[in-house]
Amino acid sequence: MTPSSSIAAPGAVPGHEATDDHGHHPSYLTDGTTVKSWLLTVDHKRIGIMYMAWVLLFFLVGGIFALLIRIELLTPGPTIMDAMTYNRVFTLHGIVMIFLFMIPAIPAIFGNFMLPLMLGAKDVAFPRLNLLSLYVYLAGAGFALWGMLNGGLDTGWTFYTPYSAHTTTSVAPVLFGAFIIGFSSILTGMNFIVTAHTMRAPGITWFKMPLMVWALYATSCIQVLATPVIGLLLLLVTAENLFSLGMFDVARGGDPVLFQHLFWFYSHPAVYIMVLPAFGVMSEVVATFSRKNIFGYRAVAYSSVGIAFVGFFAWGHHMFVSGQSTFNAGVFGVLSMLVGVFTAIKVFNWVGTVYKGAVEFSTPFAYFCGFLFFTVFGGMTGIAVATVSLDVPWHDTYFVVAHFHFIMVGATIMAFLAALHYWFPKMFGKMYHEGWGLVSAALIILGFNATFIPQFLVGNAGMPRRYYEYPERFQALNVASTAGASLLAFGFIIIAIYLTYALVYGERADNPWNSKGYEWLTASPPPTHNFIGPQPTYPEEPHFYVDPNTGKGEVSDV
Amino acid sequence: MSSAHVTPGSVPGPKLAAHFASLEVQKHAARLGMWLFLATEILLFAGLFACYAAYRFLFPEAWAACSRELDLTMGTVNTVVLITSSFTAAMAVHYAKVGKNKMVGHMFVLTLLMAVAFLVIKYFEYKHKFEVGTLPGRYYFYEGIQLPGAPLYFTVYFASTALHGLHVVIGMTVLMFSTVRAYRVGDFSANNYTMVELGSMYWHLVDLVWIFLFPMLYLV
Repeated sequence: MTPSSSIAAPGAVPGHEATDDHGHHPSYLTDGTTVKSWLLTVDHKRIGIMYMAWVLLFFLVGGIFALLIRIELLTPGPTIMDAMTYNRVFTLHGIVMIFLFMIPAIPAIFGNFMLPLMLGAKDVAFPRLNLLSLYVYLAGAGFALWGMLNGGLDTGWTFYTPYSAHTTTSVAPVLFGAFIIGFSSILTGMNFIVTAHTMRAPGITWFKMPLMVWALYATSCIQVLATPVIGLLLLLVTAENLFSLGMFDVARGGDPVLFQHLFWFYSHPAVYIMVLPAFGVMSEVVATFSRKNIFGYRAVAYSSVGIAFVGFFAWGHHMFVSGQSTFNAGVFGVLSMLVGVFTAIKVFNWVGTVYKGAVEFSTPFAYFCGFLFFTVFGGMTGIAVATVSLDVPWHDTYFVVAHFHFIMVGATIMAFLAALHYWFPKMFGKMYHEGWGLVSAALIILGFNATFIPQFLVGNAGMPRRYYEYPERFQALNVASTAGASLLAFGFIIIAIYLTYALVYGERADNPWNSKGYEWLTASPPPTHNFIGPQPTYPEEPHFYVDPNTGKGEVSDV
Repeated sequence: MSSAHVTPGSVPGPKLAAHFASLEVQKHAARLGMWLFLATEILLFAGLFACYAAYRFLFPEAWAACSRELDLTMGTVNTVVLITSSFTAAMAVHYAKVGKNKMVGHMFVLTLLMAVAFLVIKYFEYKHKFEVGTLPGRYYFYEGIQLPGAPLYFTVYFASTALHGLHVVIGMTVLMFSTVRAYRVGDFSANNYTMVELGSMYWHLVDLVWIFLFPMLYLV
């Protein structure tokens, strides 16, 4: 009865007709405007938007604390705070950025919003559980932040024992908060797995799922399999701190290295919880803006699962200097490098997609270029730090800090911003100013490099991480890093301004990229139940673009 | 949205949430979700098993001595009680499938009674330990075993049995909901027994974890 049912017609530009329908069917944004209709919604799109509001708030908090760290390190001695405050500031920066921003950012915002749309489903499998996961996340965040404001935490985000078992700062509330946030992560992961298994629309086979869904699926598997282990560990350390049970305390026979094993069994895969969704976003973006089906679809899909699998066997590379045997270190080193192989498969396929594509250099594509650089550079330094002989001198220096910021933060932020710009019209039906988009992308990519390349150098020169003061000779590089950080902050401020402006005054947009991803097969912003009228059909793969010269669609490899 | 609505007609039947294509899919999704959740629960305990293994390797003598210190009779009785309760929970699923709601309620009441029995026995075990001082970490004051690692054994013992006990209580809460529903509403039938099934699946997990904990702590 409505145009959106005809979207499967080959060659039709989806969405155009659906716009006509806009007046008759309220979008998810306008369907109920009371506060209650938002707070108690079970619509995956509204939940995604609410996640976005909170996650961006925590990103702001974490970012402000990053700037405080950088300002403190501007001069060799004390600059703006005392040593104890500094310990609390970098701990808060780490915890907020990792548990409250990086891990939920792409899956909880864009995954929630896009996954059902990409599968042709009306919602995720368990909508109420989905809403619960949001409130569980907020409850955990509340606990953690309350603890950090009341006494703070000075252990660093890794909570290493035996220190975390003895410190009198607020270990218990923060750890318990992190435990609760873990629950939220598990709930989201379960929901995505079940949705992918049971809710795919007729016509969407496993190998016709958009690559974003593959990436989210692999991510969800990691979330479900790794998070319970750190959940237990956090409970044990909380108990240890409150009651001195001796679980990880050498004085009582416990083994702190066992803590490290259990901690990194989660926290190393957690890196892939952060970057795998980023890889998924990039697969969508590169296909859309090269106007080609992704090159090597199956290889990209399998490599997501491959990374998820191998990621579980790499944790020991965090413990090269913990006294494990040389043989163990070698094995963990090699297993860690395997991740590089799977990542390289993706990188080569993305480059293969761009090759001879009709590239449209828009803001999301600019972020793709930055992403490619950060992934390759961060990945290569990852191979370097997975090499035992190199890691021993680099261990716990700024080199490692720069490495994980490049791969985790650089790649994820690039993908996060690409997703934000790519799906902004989808989510809000409005378009932002492209020129400002490109300007801020340039600022952010430059600023990021300016922040972290000096940290590679200063780390290689021997500056340890988490130190409050440093010798004079490291100052030039630290000043450069702080300058880069301010450039980065400036870029984010510009984005905040023009996106807020676009939200209110932006031009009406439906599918400004003419994208053929499945999620664009409905109106922008989508109606409450995602599709109006009968179920759409999916005769073609996602991103099946027709060559204007030959008039033929390009069939992806099988 | 999933605001579940009752299908037309006065006969209480299964409810299809608006976002599912069919009841089949809905049931499949619910079951898959539960299996995934149970997998996470097993992994939660797996962390404790890893701790147990590591410390057993470090302190084999203390581990053997402390293991003998536990009350094998009480542990065995508890194991039998819990396995039997798992059986009655399974019977509840059977009765739900044939629509005998009253029997579903009876079976769950039996299960709950055995769960209470389990907790009572556990209470006496804990009480004894508090009296003689076989306690975790710095609270340990038992004279009988003075080996390095002995307090750590009881850290592991209390951590795992307390976490399991917490699961027993959660499981009882879940089963209570089904029991009330079976007695009051009585709408379980051949095509509407998911709630009973998932509830007793959770109970089987509680049982299963104990089946691992019992030999690990009491027998080995």
